[in-house]
Amino acid sequence: MIRAELRGLLGRKLRTILTAVAIILGVAMVSGTFVLTDSIDKAFNSIFTDSRQGSDAVITGKAATSTNNGSNAPTIPESVLAKVQSLPDVKAAEGNVGGDAHLIGSNGKAIVFGGAPNLGFSIPHGASRFNPLTLVEGDWPHGQEVVVDKKTAGKKHIAIGDTIGIQAQGPIVRLKVSGLVKFGNVGIGGATLAGFDLPTAQALFDKKGQLDEIDVAAKSGVSDQKLLAQLRSVIPPNSQARTAAQQAAEDAKDTNTFISFLRGFLLAFGGIALFVGSFVIANSLSITIAQRTREFATYRTMGATRRQVLRAIVVEALVIGTAASVTGLFIGLALAKGLFRLFDAVGFTLPNSGIIFATRTAIVSMIVGVIVTLVASLRPAVRATRVPPIAAVREGSTLPPSRFARFRTVGSAIVTAAGFAALLYGLFGKHLGTKGVLIWMGVGALLIFVGVSMLSVRFIRPLAWALGWPATRIGGTAGWLARDNARRNPQRTASTAAALMIGLALVTLVAMLAAGITASFRGAVNKIWTNADYAITAQNNFDPIPIAAANAVAKVPGVEAVANVRTGDARAFGKNFFATAVNPPGGSIFQLDWKEGSQAVFSRLGADGAFIDDGYAKKHNLRIGSPIDMTFSSGAHKVFFVRGIFNPPTGGSPFGTVTISQAAWDELNENPENLYSFVRMSGGDTPQNAAKLDQALKRYPDAKEATRQKFIDNQISGLNSILNIFYVLLALSVIVSLFGIVNTLVLTVFERTREIGMLRAIGMTRRQVRRMIRHESVITALIGGVLGIVLGIVLGGLLIARVDFIVFSLPVFSLIVFAIAAIFVGILAAIFPARRAARLNVLEALQYE
Amino acid sequence: MNSNGAVVTATDLSRRYGEGEAAVDALRGVSLSVGAGELVAVMGPSGSGKSTLMHLLAALDKPTGGTVTIAGEDVGKLSDRGVTLLRRKHIGFVFQFFNLLPMLSAEENVLLPLSIAGEKPDPEFFKGLMDRVGLADRADHRPSELSGGQQQRVAIARALVAQPTVVFADEPTGNLDSRTGAAILELLRASTTDLGQTMVMVTHDAQAASIADRVLFLADGAIARELPRSPAATILATMSEIS
Ligand SMILES: Nc1ncnc2c1ncn2[C@@H]1O[C@H](COP(=O)(O)OP(=O)(O)OP(=O)(O)O)[C@@H](O)[C@H]1O
Ligand SMILES: [Mg+2]
Repeated sequence: MIRAELRGLLGRKLRTILTAVAIILGVAMVSGTFVLTDSIDKAFNSIFTDSRQGSDAVITGKAATSTNNGSNAPTIPESVLAKVQSLPDVKAAEGNVGGDAHLIGSNGKAIVFGGAPNLGFSIPHGASRFNPLTLVEGDWPHGQEVVVDKKTAGKKHIAIGDTIGIQAQGPIVRLKVSGLVKFGNVGIGGATLAGFDLPTAQALFDKKGQLDEIDVAAKSGVSDQKLLAQLRSVIPPNSQARTAAQQAAEDAKDTNTFISFLRGFLLAFGGIALFVGSFVIANSLSITIAQRTREFATYRTMGATRRQVLRAIVVEALVIGTAASVTGLFIGLALAKGLFRLFDAVGFTLPNSGIIFATRTAIVSMIVGVIVTLVASLRPAVRATRVPPIAAVREGSTLPPSRFARFRTVGSAIVTAAGFAALLYGLFGKHLGTKGVLIWMGVGALLIFVGVSMLSVRFIRPLAWALGWPATRIGGTAGWLARDNARRNPQRTASTAAALMIGLALVTLVAMLAAGITASFRGAVNKIWTNADYAITAQNNFDPIPIAAANAVAKVPGVEAVANVRTGDARAFGKNFFATAVNPPGGSIFQLDWKEGSQAVFSRLGADGAFIDDGYAKKHNLRIGSPIDMTFSSGAHKVFFVRGIFNPPTGGSPFGTVTISQAAWDELNENPENLYSFVRMSGGDTPQNAAKLDQALKRYPDAKEATRQKFIDNQISGLNSILNIFYVLLALSVIVSLFGIVNTLVLTVFERTREIGMLRAIGMTRRQVRRMIRHESVITALIGGVLGIVLGIVLGGLLIARVDFIVFSLPVFSLIVFAIAAIFVGILAAIFPARRAARLNVLEALQYE
Repeated sequence: MNSNGAVVTATDLSRRYGEGEAAVDALRGVSLSVGAGELVAVMGPSGSGKSTLMHLLAALDKPTGGTVTIAGEDVGKLSDRGVTLLRRKHIGFVFQFFNLLPMLSAEENVLLPLSIAGEKPDPEFFKGLMDRVGLADRADHRPSELSGGQQQRVAIARALVAQPTVVFADEPTGNLDSRTGAAILELLRASTTDLGQTMVMVTHDAQAASIADRVLFLADGAIARELPRSPAATILATMSEIS
């Protein structure tokens, strides 16, 4: 019997494949994610390990405010190097500095590939064991020279002997290219490399007499423990010594965090696609099982037990699930390879040291794919066991209603309600960690989707009636029939539409959030930015920019005021937070909503004044005059007194929780940088003024000016890119649901062969048949679309109600686009089934049994 | 012919479809018994309740009154599983529309009841059966590659393969031309005569009924007449008498 079922599966090849596609896509996403992130992970880790290859231990500055040793870690005095070198067990030691260094192309713009870093560093001795680079051509740098990585040089036509602009912590410096280098055997992606001798690097990074790290090699036979102990005896307190392996792990921490975030993020979308796929599978199986009622009944007349019927279907699902998962697994592998190429093609080269296909990838993909298929098959399988043997002899016999049929509506309402309860608990529940919030919200959303899809059966008839109205107008008789067909089997239409509903609900949710963020951000900028004409930001709109850029702007004729916002980590009350500093002109440029204090606070901050936002004040019970003991990443600390408390607008403000004066900031931080500067000029924002600023910023290619409107657009453009990523990833789920519609239609056409034959026999043209199928498809898709958009608005509204910095704003234009997209999905899905239906041979269709 | 004792009995069987005003009494108190090795034909005008009776006898449906016993078991007292096991062991079916599984070969279709029950065929019996139904050289064909008559032969072999206590056939020739039908009837008759297979056959056709050891006439849900083995002409006359 199982053999018979499996044979049947082969006999229904097309239908089986269409069913499997739903799972294949989801599994491909899962396996592709693993392969991609594993490969990137491996590449990064080998970069970090390789770069520490020559060292046994590394000494770095220890930031007082955070655990990672980012650019805000304090430096080490150069004098420490000599002490380290004279330790008995140290064989060699070398001091280095590094930081962001932009190479300036021949067009005067910074060379950037995608979002990859632009790394600058010292190479004290090219031949030293600590240097991970290989010289490909030319010589190591000395004095006013630089080495550049071969790949960048090749792409940007940089040759040995050329003079090239470099910008690090000051204006552009022009250096001669002495050689081209290569980093090990690992592709470093789009990163650019610039190496200098130590004094040049120290000058470029504004670290004269200072080192970022000291690389140490031990004499042979000296244990790491012993080496570290010796090192610790001579290094200053705001520094630390680690083994090379520990340091490599530490270096990799940020990228690892990012990669695991990326992995989780992509897997979530794979999960969504699988969830949608499970609807498609369940629906396809239900339909095929309904069509095989006679077959199951015949088994039963021959003495097959219900359990045997169940087993046959579960095995069938198992086979589909396994085949689909294997296919998906390998498509995922190809997908990851393709993504590396794609990113490369669009200029965002990822580090690459070969594709990693881990056992875990195969196991997880298989398990997930098979389990989802099995779970999806359970309900249809149980239904099939209820086929009575007498159905073998009765034409058109339908399944008896399940014992629980009466409770369907109540049950689905309960599931939906439970979903909302879980979601609300996740959103508003107290003391939930991020993980808890996400889990509760995820479970809630899952239940809501299941519940609504079950509940929607009730509304299919009226919905199809209403949404099918245009079809009856446009399509004539074919349209009428299409509408009736869509309403004929509400259960089937509902499950088909549900798959699309999920995708569209999520798309709508994302669009709602984006619209909310945009609206609140725009509102905030308009409120705060009251009296400035230009903002100076980094090219990418969010990186810090050297102070020198703002200083250059201040000297431009016509500039009346420049307000700078410095930013960095700080710690107070035992917690790290984002602190800012501002200079006195801020008072005439920004307008804050003061709860305590006034605009005058900007110029009264002095050496120990601070203004804070209201949330922080409430949290720590701070009032005017309250002290805040702040520690900065350099390790310096100082007590500041509250001079003002302001209410930040919904969309946030350029100021962190605590803001101090620029003068105090620069005293306490080693490498102060601006996040933004805001400029007021006589005459306002005119093309002439913009040209003057551009001229002044020419030497700071990473900085640019923007009018208020441009500034808003620039900041939002980042959001739009993120939004587009979400759309692309959610499109996968929509594609899965599209296959669901195709599948349902193919099965339906198959089921209605005789009926379609009859319609053709009484004079329906092929074209009308196609139209009938197409309209039915569009009606189904529209039902899914409308349900999804409404559900998305509800979910988005709830989320926004929870999040303080987003206002409710309906993205009407996007919603219209989504509705049109749903129609489009319907049309697309109908192409193939409509063709098949139209091709039916009338005579054969009528004889069909 | 009741020498071996009854294998199927029905006592005061009634079946009502629907409720209230629209209720239809398809059977109103039918009692009968079928002896081992007997071939009983059930005849009657359309709507007289023949199919209904057969469904009840074969435990495909539940009566609204009366009892059915098969091989001594009171069907009404069996659980769903009990009925399933009863079907495996004691009941074979021949359907009007064959109900073959299109993806299986003729041989596989025939063996299906055994494989469902997890049993192995007795090779000798199986070979004899295939020869008897004349399918030995068609064993590998799919149903779609067989004629209607051949398909019904497959179905008969399938009904016989587990050597059930009784085979039920609802208009087994209803879907075949008279020539092919006659051959099928011969086959059915031979399986009773040669193999001792008990059989209950519903039919419209006097020719078909003429092969039976006994013919029951149903009219309006009750047994109107009963004939021993009779020629087609007699059966035809009786039919027109009762309707
Ligand atoms: N499932 C059902 N629901 C309602 N009434 C039914 C059902 N099955 C049969 N009937 C009715 O019961 C009566 C007997 O039907 P049955 O199918 O047993 O007749 P039949 O003798 O087999 O007729 P035919 O020779 O046309 O096959 C008929 O009036 C029929 O309409
Ligand atoms: Mg009948």
